[in-house]
Amino acid sequence: MNGVHDMGGMQNFGAIPREENERVFHAPWEGRIWALRQALKPWGKWNADASRYAMSMIPAAEYLRMSYYERQAAALEELLVASGLATRAEIESGQPAPDSPKAIAPLATDQVPLVIAKGHPARRNDGVPARFQAGQQVRARNIHPPGHTRLPRYARGKLGTIDRDHGIFIFPDTNAHFLGEKPQHVYAVRFAARELWGAQTGAGPRDAVYIDLWDEYLEPI
Amino acid sequence: MDTTRRGFLKTAATAAGAAAVTGDLAHAQIHDHQVVPSDPALRAKALESLLVEKGLVDPAALDTLVQTYEEKIGPRDGARVVARAWVDAAYKQRLLTDADKAIGELGYGGEQGEHMVVVENTPKVHNVIVCTLCSCYPWAVLGLPPVWYKSDAYRSRVVIDPRGVLHEFGLDLPEEVEVRVWDSTAELRYLVLPQRPRETEKLKEEELAVLVTRDAMIGVANVSPPQKAQQKEEKK
Repeated sequence: MNGVHDMGGMQNFGAIPREENERVFHAPWEGRIWALRQALKPWGKWNADASRYAMSMIPAAEYLRMSYYERQAAALEELLVASGLATRAEIESGQPAPDSPKAIAPLATDQVPLVIAKGHPARRNDGVPARFQAGQQVRARNIHPPGHTRLPRYARGKLGTIDRDHGIFIFPDTNAHFLGEKPQHVYAVRFAARELWGAQTGAGPRDAVYIDLWDEYLEPI
Repeated sequence: MDTTRRGFLKTAATAAGAAAVTGDLAHAQIHDHQVVPSDPALRAKALESLLVEKGLVDPAALDTLVQTYEEKIGPRDGARVVARAWVDAAYKQRLLTDADKAIGELGYGGEQGEHMVVVENTPKVHNVIVCTLCSCYPWAVLGLPPVWYKSDAYRSRVVIDPRGVLHEFGLDLPEEVEVRVWDSTAELRYLVLPQRPRETEKLKEEELAVLVTRDAMIGVANVSPPQKAQQKEEKK
């Protein structure tokens, strides 16, 4: 989806807000929202791609107005409703529905270190063949899927070179919509800065942007 | 309360946007008792209380999660990896070729660091990390990202004007240095191995680790030599 979240190359967002000795969370609620997202993962009702898609679906004007953790909170509410873990009425009232069953939380506090240490690997070993090899010239496809994608707009239609093959990973475009993992190779693709932005941007002739792209995002030259 | 932001996520079946928009928003308005206010702090509190009461999350687990990333996992971890690479050539080689394994040797890895790639700064090449599409970041070695990394300004600009962004961070690179920006669009998480500063030949690994900053491991700064780093620290 050509959403406002896909902001690589946009201009006029102003100075970068920097802060000395920044705290991890600026207010307790930020930590709680972040932790809720982590603690709800073991329900297995959504995946990382669905979660990113939910963030990107926040209406553009709202997205730009919100802080990072407000975006997380808004996306989380949507995921809860879409997955059936909570209803809209429950979220708006803050009260469980009278007939709501009491669940047993899948993440107990003593399991937290284990779950963090394990993480959520997205690499798959399906033996899917690679369509491209390091050093090969490729073009990022000029596609504009209305659903989830991780092919940023600024790369579409541009010429690049395969820098390295990262191996086989879950494909976000299908996984975000619960349409299967469709594992395929991901490559770091090197795009010359001047190919992406033209010669007048002040980029050096060797400056480059490396983008991790799935097989399906690329076509041979 | 504004309801414009509610119900924006269509159900999974509408993947390609083909299916009709469900009646979510209208539904929400009908049943909107407007009890929970839109203030983020109050809204978060209400959401947590709801999810705890439904038994969906354990509040003690939330405490542990927050505490872990506030106190345990952070840039000191990445700094140890960098310092080890500076003093141990064989480790550095492993780090650049199989980062997961090398980082695992020091006891790090896992959540948002499952698939790591380390890119090395040299006199000829300078690397910078970003996630233009959201805010992907190597939690396992740097902890959670700072606000600036997640800001729209950084995400939008560093790919089109990296030298301008680096200048804003006080880093001006010679023209002949090649700037490489790594956009973390997939599940690979990047860490920059900064150049070891001069005048550090006699320092031990632990002393070197103290010099390594989070910003240097994202690539928006270089690591300063000890004296300069100390002056910076005193100025704070």
